[in-house]
Amino acid sequence: MTDPTLPVLPRPLATAARVMPLLPLSLALSALARRLLARHPGILARMGSQARKRFLLEFTDAPLVLMLEPATGRVSARRAAGLARHDAHLKGCVAAYLAMLHGRVDGDALFFEGSLQVSGDTEAVLALRNALDDAEIDLAAEIATLAPPLRPALGLAERLSGVALSRARVAGWEEHA
Amino acid sequence: MDLTVGPNPFFWSVEAVRDFYACLARAPVARVVLGELVCSKRLPFWQDEIPGAIETLRAAGKEVALSTLALITLPRERRLTRDLIEMGLPVEVNDLTALRFIPDGMPFWVGPLVNVYNEGTLDWLADRGARRICLPPELPMGAVEILAEAGRQRGVAVEVWGHGRVPLAISGRCYHARLHDRAKDNCQFVCGEDPDGRPVETLDGQAFLTVNGVQTLSQSVASAARQLGLLRAAGVASLRLSPQSAYFSDICEAYAGALGGGAAGLESRLAATTGGAALSDGFLAGEAGVDWSGG
Amino acid sequence: MMELVCPAGTPAALRTAVDAGAHAVYCGFADATNARNFPGLNFNRDEMAAGIRYAHARGAKVLVAINTFPQAGNQGLWHAALADAEAAGADAVILADLGLLARAAECHPGLRRHLSVQAAAANADAINFYAETFGVKRVVLPRVLTVAEITAINRAIEVETEAFVFGGLCVMAEGRCSLSSYATGRSPNMNGVCSPASHVVYAQERGETVARLGGFTIHRTPAGGPAPYPTLCKGCFTSGAQTGHIFEDPVSLDATQLIPQLARAGVTALKIEGRQRSRAYVAEVVRSFRAAVEAEAAGRPMPESALRRLTEGQAATTGAYAKTWR
Repeated sequence: MTDPTLPVLPRPLATAARVMPLLPLSLALSALARRLLARHPGILARMGSQARKRFLLEFTDAPLVLMLEPATGRVSARRAAGLARHDAHLKGCVAAYLAMLHGRVDGDALFFEGSLQVSGDTEAVLALRNALDDAEIDLAAEIATLAPPLRPALGLAERLSGVALSRARVAGWEEHA
Repeated sequence: MDLTVGPNPFFWSVEAVRDFYACLARAPVARVVLGELVCSKRLPFWQDEIPGAIETLRAAGKEVALSTLALITLPRERRLTRDLIEMGLPVEVNDLTALRFIPDGMPFWVGPLVNVYNEGTLDWLADRGARRICLPPELPMGAVEILAEAGRQRGVAVEVWGHGRVPLAISGRCYHARLHDRAKDNCQFVCGEDPDGRPVETLDGQAFLTVNGVQTLSQSVASAARQLGLLRAAGVASLRLSPQSAYFSDICEAYAGALGGGAAGLESRLAATTGGAALSDGFLAGEAGVDWSGG
Repeated sequence: MMELVCPAGTPAALRTAVDAGAHAVYCGFADATNARNFPGLNFNRDEMAAGIRYAHARGAKVLVAINTFPQAGNQGLWHAALADAEAAGADAVILADLGLLARAAECHPGLRRHLSVQAAAANADAINFYAETFGVKRVVLPRVLTVAEITAINRAIEVETEAFVFGGLCVMAEGRCSLSSYATGRSPNMNGVCSPASHVVYAQERGETVARLGGFTIHRTPAGGPAPYPTLCKGCFTSGAQTGHIFEDPVSLDATQLIPQLARAGVTALKIEGRQRSRAYVAEVVRSFRAAVEAEAAGRPMPESALRRLTEGQAATTGAYAKTWR
C-alpha cells in the first residue's frame, strides 16, 4: 500500500544521528548489508556490472550521508555530501528509502512527485532499485535474526515513527474491494 | 548502385508537386516512388497530379511505384489501399496492412517504414513476393551488410536510406495541428505552411526534430555520402533520396556523380542543399542517429 | 469477466501481481528479446519456469514478451527465447517481428501467439493478416485508436483484442519509432529500451534541474520540485514562437472509467503497462483494476481511481481513446 504521506524522521532520532559516532555505524551497516547480499544473491546477480558503482544516499531529515558499494557490501556513514566521490546521488527522507526497500511505495512515484531526487548515473540507480525490489527484503526480520531480542523494539519503533521497517504484505483484490 | 526517389513526406501545393516531378523526370535517378505517405487528408488536394506525374516519369524511362500510407487506420484509408493495389503499378508497402490486399504471387516493394530488421523477416517477405526492400533508416552498417547479402541470395534488391530528413515516428496525433491549438479533425491543413516540416528545438536551442503532421522527422539531414564505398561493397542495390522543397535536382546530381566515380566534393555539394541543417550518418556509422562521421 | 493482464519486471513482481488478482502476467527474458530490457529487470530461465509454476498453481497465466525485432546475424537469441518460453510452460508468447512470427508458427505450432503492440496492427485488415498468416490468437491494440475504432475493428475480426488501460503512454505508433535511437543510439525495436537511463544526465543550472538525453535537453524544472522522467516524446521543446510539450504532456493513461465501453467494444483483455515499475506499483494498480473488472462484470459503476500518485506528472489521460486527443 502506498502511504499518502511519508513521515519525517522524529526529532530525537535525527538528533541521535547527529551525535552518533560514525565508525561503529558504518561497521554495523556494512555487516547488515553483507548479510543481506549473502542471503539475497539475486541482488548482485541482477545488478551485474552496476554493482561496482558507488551510491551516495543523502537524507533530507538526518544529518548524515551513506555511501553504498553493493559489490563489496561496504556502507560508510559520513557527515557531509560534498566530498565523497560517487557515481549516483539519491536524496530523500529516511522513510522514503525504507518504504521503497520494503515494497510499500513505488520509487518512480516518489521520483515523479519530487520526494526522491536522483542525479548522476541513472542507469545504476535503476539497477539498484530493481534488484532490491526483487529481493523482498524485510529489515526488521533481518535485524531480529541478527539480534532476536530486538524484534519487539523494532515493531514498536515502526508503529511510533511511522517508518516502514518490515516488508509489505500483498493484499488480494477482495480485501481492497 | 543506383538512385531511388522516395515518396514526398510533406504537403505541397499542386504547382510545387507538378514542378517537382517535371524536374525529376530529367534527374539522373532510376526510379521514383510516389503517393501520399503521411496523411490521407492531404490526398484530395493533390491526387489529380499523380497520373500526370506517373506518365511524365515513365516517359523519361523511370521505374515508378505507388506508396501506401505509413499508418492505415480509417475505413477510408483501407479502401484507398485496396484501390492502390488495383492500379497495376508496383506498390511500395509502408504499412503491412497492404499485404492483406496483395494477392499471393503479385510482386511488391517494401518501404523504409516496414520493420525489416533481420534475415528471417526478409526471407518471409521474399517468399511473399517482395522484390525490393528499402531497409529501416535505423539499421547500422553491420545489419545492412547481412541483409544486403540475404537479399542477393533471395533475388531481392536491397535499398538503403541515402539522403534526407529521417522519418523517426508516426502517430495518430497531428503535431502540426497541436502546435496551432487545433484538433486533427479541424487541422485546416496547417502542415502545408511548412514545405520541409516545422523545426523543433530543445529549450537550450539545439536543433533536434522536425514536425510534419502526424510524422516526426530528424532535423538533421541524413546522408550516406561517406559510406558509398561500403554500401556498394555490401551489394546494396540502390540509395534512397527523400524529397525536399529546394535543391533536390542538385542532390540527385551530386549522388549520381559520386556513384559514377566523382565522389570528390560530394559532402560540400550536399552541405549547400540543407538550408543550414546539419548532416548526419549516425544510424549507419555512429553511436546515435544524429551523429556525423564527418566531424 | 474481462481478463486483466499485468506487468512483472521481476519474479517478486510476478508473485505480487498474481497475489493481487492478475488473471495473466506478462514478462520477458533478461536480454534484448523483450521491449523492457532495463538494468536489473527481467527473468533468467529458471526464474521464468518458477514464475510460471507459481502463477499456474494459483490459476493465473503467464505471457512471455519476445517483442523486439531480432538483430540481423543474431536471430538465434530470439529463436532460443521462443523455445525456452515453450519449455517453461508459457501460456502464450507476445511477438512483433514477421520473421519471428513465421518461425513460431512453423517450429512451435502449439505455443499460443499474441501480436505485440510493437507490431502496431491498427486496423482490421492488418489484424486479419496476422491472424490468417501466422495463427495469431490475440492482438494488443496500438494506443492510437479511439473506442469507436476499436468497436469497429472487433466487428471485423475473429481474434481477441487486448487494450491498454493504465500506465505509460506512447504517443507514437509503437514499434515504429526511432526517436530514442536518433538521440542515444538505443531504440525499442533493436535494444528493447526507450530513452535509456544510461543516456540520461541531470544537471543543476540556474536554480533548475535540467534533464538531458543523449545531450539533448528534454526538460527544465525548478530544482527540488517534481520532475518527470526524460522520455523523449514527453519533453518540453520549442518550435517557432511556441514552447511546450509539443508531442505529449508528461501524463499517463488511466482508462478505468472507460472499462464498460471497452467491454461493449468487444475487448477481451485489459493491459496494465509498467514492467519497469516496482512491486508496490504492481500491487496497487492490479488490485485497483481487478476490483474494476469485477465491478464491470457485476454491472456496478467503476470505482473512482485512486492511482493518481503513481502516474507521471501526477496526471492521467484517457489518451487516444477519446478522439479529441488527436
